[in-house]
Amino acid sequence: MTGRSRELTLNAGLGLSIAFALTIAVVFGETGLAWSQYGEAFTEVSSGPAEVLWQVRAPRAVCAFVVGAALGLAGAVLQGLLRNPLADPGVLGVSATAALGAALAIVLGLAAVPGAVEIAALAGAALAGALLVGASARLRSPEALILFGVALSSFAGALTALIFNLSPSPIASAEVMSWLLGSVQNRSWSDVALVSPLVLVAGVFAAMASPGLRMLVLGEETAATSGLAMGRLKILALIAAAIAAGAAVAVAGVIGFVGLAAPHLVRRAVQGDPSRLLLPSALVGGLILVVADLLARMTPTDQELKLGVFTALIGAPLFALIAWRAAREWRL
Amino acid sequence: MSALELRGAVARLDGRVVLDRVDLGVNAGEIVALVGPNGAGKSSVIRALLGLISLQSGDALLGGQSVVSLSPRARGERAAYLPQGGRIAWNMAAVEIAALGAPFLSGAMAVLRAREALAAVGAGALADRGVADMSGGERARVLLARALVCKAPALLADEPIAGLDPDAQLLVLDLLRERARSGQAVLVSLHDLTLAARHADRVIVLDRGRIVANAAPATALSVERLAETFAIHGRWIESPSGPLLDLHRRQG
Repeated sequence: MTGRSRELTLNAGLGLSIAFALTIAVVFGETGLAWSQYGEAFTEVSSGPAEVLWQVRAPRAVCAFVVGAALGLAGAVLQGLLRNPLADPGVLGVSATAALGAALAIVLGLAAVPGAVEIAALAGAALAGALLVGASARLRSPEALILFGVALSSFAGALTALIFNLSPSPIASAEVMSWLLGSVQNRSWSDVALVSPLVLVAGVFAAMASPGLRMLVLGEETAATSGLAMGRLKILALIAAAIAAGAAVAVAGVIGFVGLAAPHLVRRAVQGDPSRLLLPSALVGGLILVVADLLARMTPTDQELKLGVFTALIGAPLFALIAWRAAREWRL
Repeated sequence: MSALELRGAVARLDGRVVLDRVDLGVNAGEIVALVGPNGAGKSSVIRALLGLISLQSGDALLGGQSVVSLSPRARGERAAYLPQGGRIAWNMAAVEIAALGAPFLSGAMAVLRAREALAAVGAGALADRGVADMSGGERARVLLARALVCKAPALLADEPIAGLDPDAQLLVLDLLRERARSGQAVLVSLHDLTLAARHADRVIVLDRGRIVANAAPATALSVERLAETFAIHGRWIESPSGPLLDLHRRQG
């Protein structure tokens, strides 16, 4: 099979898996429904079962998909730009800075204002993106930019901790905490409507950066001598990653490891090509989060497992495995 | 008009002068070897010509135009570059790596050219293999193929034979000769003086950022020059296949 047809098969396969996972996520849930009630859900729009399927489970599942896709895309863009298998929006501080923005909005009592927390999170991501763009203009090596991102992440985390520390209201603190754990519980179609256009915009930026990401495989100087405008590429890629990661954090809080893991799961299938990796990485990120959310809410615990906790539990060992394999097989 | 030219080029890196009023030109159809001890400025000459380091004064010209005035694409179309010790970030197939040398061709055309270039460097059978699964020598051939895919008027190669086995070294030098014959201006930095003497039309000797010789090999690599710049004993020997350079360490 040629590279292109293998890629098509991969994306089509992922698309079908996503459709299947979304269907399962809508059909199954804590509230058991009888067969007749499923019928009702399709025929009577205002019935209880219709409400459960289309206003509770469906937007939640779609939200999980869009957030996962955003993280998968951001991870693929950043790994391609920095030529490093360990880059993702979490490592580079985009997620932590977005979370800081949201935490600030919550303790300032803006949680009741519709859209305020989301906008604060996006502003945080934009700030991180701007700082990374600024740093990338001065730091020549991708490793140096990653170290800068790690420092940014730690600092944003410290400021968020400071907010906890100084917050007079335990209720606000609990709210921030719950938000930081990451979840798509109780998300509605309006959340989907907020996050989807942003992820599409990020996708457009990523698509514009995509040919440059492939040229970058041989390093910045070689790419530049082949005619790549490096400055433009860095800006496009970092904007794409900041918008995607910011949108994800704005709607679902901090969900780690999806951005890191998704590109690795499909890299071999696209023969390592960072530009052909973008779409399947987004799709696999979406698939992971739909399945993870389904598993999290079906796990019989008193308190529902938070999605961010669940992905971290699976993701952290995976992170170790990736580092282990990368060190053995390839460039570390 | 030279395909590659430096005029009074002065460059500093971290406060150290790496190019000190360097004037040079490389014409279409000739192979010019850049030689000099470590830190003499060989890579800096190549990088200045490509616009990768900025000059404090003087000018670097590609095809008669100042490199700073050219768009990234125009630079890419005027000069192909084979960097030193090229690192490849991801395990892509050799043919995809070689095709990166022609980013402005359509995908299918670039792949076709890449396969031709891989065949020319004796790596045709490796085309669909991942570069991480190759030996260092095989990977070097793939990177050379990438530089050959681009049919720019000039080719700049920074230490292209370092770390290669003898057969691959000679293959690289033969390919550079072929390129020169087809009209490309070839500038290549080399550590191996005997190979430089044998394969270049002209040798430029650099010492601490300055050009100390720029002439035909036998003149540029004279016994005095070898002693002064490289601190080694050298002599030219007549052989059936032309003059050869014989080198020895100086005793004491």
